[in-house]
Amino acid sequence: MTAENEPRPTQHQTKPHKKRFRTLSNIDIASIYTPEQLTDDAARYRDSLPGQYPFLRGVHEDMYRGRLWTMRQFAGFGSAEETNRRYKYLLEHGETGLSVAFDYPTLYGYDTDQPLARGEFGKCGVAISSLEDMEILFHDIPLKDITTSMTINGPAAIVWAMYIANAENQGIPKHLLGGTIQNDILKEYIAQKSYIFPPEPSMRLIVDTFEYGFKQVPSWNTISISGYHIREAGSTAVQELAFTLADGLEYVKAAMARGLAIDDFAPRLSFFFNAHNDFFEEIAKYRAARRIWAKEIKNLGAKHPRSQWLRFHTQTAGCTLTAQQPEINITRVTLQALAAVLGGTQSLHTNSMDEALALPSEKAVKIALRTQQIIAEESGVINTADPLGGSYYVEWLTDTMEDETYKYFDRITKLGGVIPAIEKGFFQREIAESAYRYQKEIDEKQRVIVGVNRYQSNEAPSIPLLRIDEKGEERQIQRLQHLRKTRDQAKTDATLATLRKAAEGTENLMPSLLACIHSYATLGETCGVLRDVFGEYREPAIY
Amino acid sequence: MAKKIRVLIAKPGLDGHDRGAKVVARALRDAGMEVIYTGLHQTAEQIVASAIQEDVDVIGLSLLSGAHMTLFIDVAKLMKTQELTDVLLIGGGIIPQEDIPALKKAGINEIFGPGTPVDDIVCYIQKNVKR
Repeated sequence: MTAENEPRPTQHQTKPHKKRFRTLSNIDIASIYTPEQLTDDAARYRDSLPGQYPFLRGVHEDMYRGRLWTMRQFAGFGSAEETNRRYKYLLEHGETGLSVAFDYPTLYGYDTDQPLARGEFGKCGVAISSLEDMEILFHDIPLKDITTSMTINGPAAIVWAMYIANAENQGIPKHLLGGTIQNDILKEYIAQKSYIFPPEPSMRLIVDTFEYGFKQVPSWNTISISGYHIREAGSTAVQELAFTLADGLEYVKAAMARGLAIDDFAPRLSFFFNAHNDFFEEIAKYRAARRIWAKEIKNLGAKHPRSQWLRFHTQTAGCTLTAQQPEINITRVTLQALAAVLGGTQSLHTNSMDEALALPSEKAVKIALRTQQIIAEESGVINTADPLGGSYYVEWLTDTMEDETYKYFDRITKLGGVIPAIEKGFFQREIAESAYRYQKEIDEKQRVIVGVNRYQSNEAPSIPLLRIDEKGEERQIQRLQHLRKTRDQAKTDATLATLRKAAEGTENLMPSLLACIHSYATLGETCGVLRDVFGEYREPAIY
Repeated sequence: MAKKIRVLIAKPGLDGHDRGAKVVARALRDAGMEVIYTGLHQTAEQIVASAIQEDVDVIGLSLLSGAHMTLFIDVAKLMKTQELTDVLLIGGGIIPQEDIPALKKAGINEIFGPGTPVDDIVCYIQKNVKR
């Protein structure tokens, strides 16, 4: 570290030391905003009320008076048993929804005992290789009373089948289940990179889940169209907004091309955004997102307000957490979470202070949850809907975010749409460019990161970190081997054969996936059949 | 003119977080080095084979999944068996301080954690490159 060589700013240095005032997306900011900067009134719907088209001011009339956001901490590590204990701990401390983090093998549709999974068991999430693991993960958690979000994409349909099968085995009918699967493959190609199949079969699987969802599991959000990972990969707020909404419209068009009616499936589309450091820019982003989405969905023919709603989950920005002086991350997370709430989020994850070092410890995650509870129950910000609506600055910034988003829409259209733009590396290059610029600005001290390039301190971090039990991998492999020995193998073989046939055809794959899972075919075996039929995606390595 | 330093930036294992790898790759290129980026999902065998084929002076591994104690050490071991002793091996990512001594003992020359200015990595390579 170079801290000792830096001149320390004195306490008297109160004047901000920058010449330009810009948002994190590099939008230049005036020193004051007045009504004169607000133009184009009719198209902006600034006079609309919360709960009214285009939902600029929120999707519900009474917003948090009617219902608070869901406090949903993304969690998972090690075995299903360990993660089940963490869920119970979070629920005991007032969490109101569950959110499953899977380990890398699970995200890629591999079982723990497959060669590529070596060393990855339980490291960045929980390992779920079969219905048996899913049963353990939710043991003694009432599936009909809680909603569960699952961050799973490539094998989303299979893991969703595991959740449904587990509920069915407990006698809970599918139509009572509530939750979300992320299921957003386009942003995987763009940013998060846990893709499996090429775009075409991936889109087919997604539309299969839409169709099965509104018919059979009507309270389930069959996709969470995600800007979070685009932002974490280094995009600006504008890019996050534009690329996410472009992805969303691509899914809508794919489902309509299948012949699904937009008002059948659109109410179950949900979104997921990042909450980064630039407080007002983030709030403007959420407001602009709702307005753009409602307009675009209406243009595509959606008539029901619920189809036009942009409902979203927010997670505070993991990439803003510092390994240096980790305790000060609590303050960062508080500000980011507050922006999400002022922006009208339906669900929120607050990061733990230790996440630039490891997965969160119990103590760290409790503080993160308490942060949400303080915002909800002490700060008073929930008392009125869209409290910043009408702020000249926030409205101007909302308009600007919208305008910049439409510029990106035009560029994407010129490239032939989202998938051709992915194949040309457009999004990947845009994001890499922004990520590099951001890092340079930090290195050149044009942007201050407290504790990293200013106000450094040399004390070593002394917070206790969560360690993953290295013996867990072996235990999981034994469990899998036992499962394969004791199940009705003929039945498993038969369901996998049926799946292969269905995948080679065009029918909806959810029923055959459910049959595989009920017969205790593992994730790796089920996904393996689809890998055989669909092939695998390889990306161009662009930097 | 002095020979340019050649660097292989590699992503071992299943981890898809490639922001850091890409930022470092660009920074090293801008600092005048020749950079080869492997892309995602590389096995230790693929990484070491690329290093030999590309005749690099440095291998830089990036990992945020927490599997560094297995995957970084796999690369270090394989480099020893393949007698790549004159190649500098460095790594970065979400790596707790307490893991660093064991990684260094296994043959990783340096670890760069979150918040490292990219210049520190450039300077480290320039000072420590073995050939």
